[in-house]
Amino acid sequence: MSRFRHLISIDDLSKDDIEYILKKADEFLEIAIKKKKLNLLEGKVLANLFYEPSTRTRMSFEVAMKRLGGDVINMGSVEATSIAKGESLADTIRVVENYADCIVLRHYREGAARFAAEISEVPIINAGDGAGQHPTQTLLDLYTIKRESKLERLKIALIGDLKYSRTIHSLVKALSLFNAEIYLVSPPSLRLPEDLMESAKCVETDLKQAIEEADVLYVTRIQKERFPDEEEYRKVAGSYKITAEMLRNSKAIVMHPLPRVDEISYDVDNLKNAIYFKQAFYGVPVRMAILSEVMG
Amino acid sequence: MKVLTISKIKDGTVIDHIPAGKALEVLKILGIKSGSRERVSMAMNVESKKMGKKDIVKVEGKYIGDDELNRIALIAPNATINIIKDYEILRKFKVEIPKFVEGILRCPNRNCISNDKREPVTPKFEIKEGTARCVYCGGKIYEIEKFLV
Repeated sequence: MSRFRHLISIDDLSKDDIEYILKKADEFLEIAIKKKKLNLLEGKVLANLFYEPSTRTRMSFEVAMKRLGGDVINMGSVEATSIAKGESLADTIRVVENYADCIVLRHYREGAARFAAEISEVPIINAGDGAGQHPTQTLLDLYTIKRESKLERLKIALIGDLKYSRTIHSLVKALSLFNAEIYLVSPPSLRLPEDLMESAKCVETDLKQAIEEADVLYVTRIQKERFPDEEEYRKVAGSYKITAEMLRNSKAIVMHPLPRVDEISYDVDNLKNAIYFKQAFYGVPVRMAILSEVMG
Repeated sequence: MKVLTISKIKDGTVIDHIPAGKALEVLKILGIKSGSRERVSMAMNVESKKMGKKDIVKVEGKYIGDDELNRIALIAPNATINIIKDYEILRKFKVEIPKFVEGILRCPNRNCISNDKREPVTPKFEIKEGTARCVYCGGKIYEIEKFLV
């Protein structure tokens, strides 16, 4: 009996559920590293329905399913489907549920995955709904922190766009379950929303102090489109850039949900601190754990 | 002595203990507007021991339904409903704020799936401490009367 039928929001999971998934991911790590294949989901089909662009999420779900012995079908680009002719999400779900044993959905509207879960006969996994939730990213972030640092008594700095980033919002909620100390580093216009700030142990600080204090530096892209003035954006974006020089005496690991633009200098990539590509890889064992849970 | 200048009704519904200034919203919920045929009496800013000031609405010939009750409870959580038959109170009860409402509120988030006209979706909200939370996108409504459908 699986712990959950659908995975829609990190809010639906308890600390115990999260720890269970992370432990399960550990069991699949070796397979993912060695690029081997199991037959756990042999005969099962996963449908990837991506209404918005994705590289890591879509590909890592595909790899995860194949490493578990299952097959994957992809919707392809929205322009090449009936959606371009005006088909509703509800109808698409009712069609695809007959082709597949599980649906991974990324949609531009908030709440789309919750709605799909109401009507679908097969499990729905939310791979991002507008500015809403992206729970599998949060789980792989937690897994990365667990493997490369520590989840208990963690000091983590969240840097960049803390206002609009769905990744940050979900991560703050999940970290509050682990009682983490959270340092917030952002331009005033991109501060973490008040209700989230109150839900966890958060302190606003500057980049220098965050690098000195934190075990983990979690960097996000500052989105240009959030600024009315390009000059303002340049000033702000430049002041939150992590360089190798800044990390000279730091043992903190550096994470990023990717894609990066220029918020982490390329000279950081070769440092031991740089974990972001490994973080993207950890998406595979974590998604293997999730897929095996909902379909196993 | 204070005299309440609002007449008794023979058959219908009296809604008492409406927060001052919300009577017009209650009429809107009951579907009463200009051109409606129901006989309606309304008192606004009446003195009240419990509330300081309150509004009262009396509607002749109309008995309130569950859906309307839920809506009224959202904007007037302390309202009392009196069902009147032959000038006598047949039933008197307080509204109860529902924990969950469906199809009564619309989500303030324009990008919420519940606002997509193409989808067969009914907006759903959880109600807690005077705030409504969209089941789909998590968007919150603090001024509920502004988002009544």
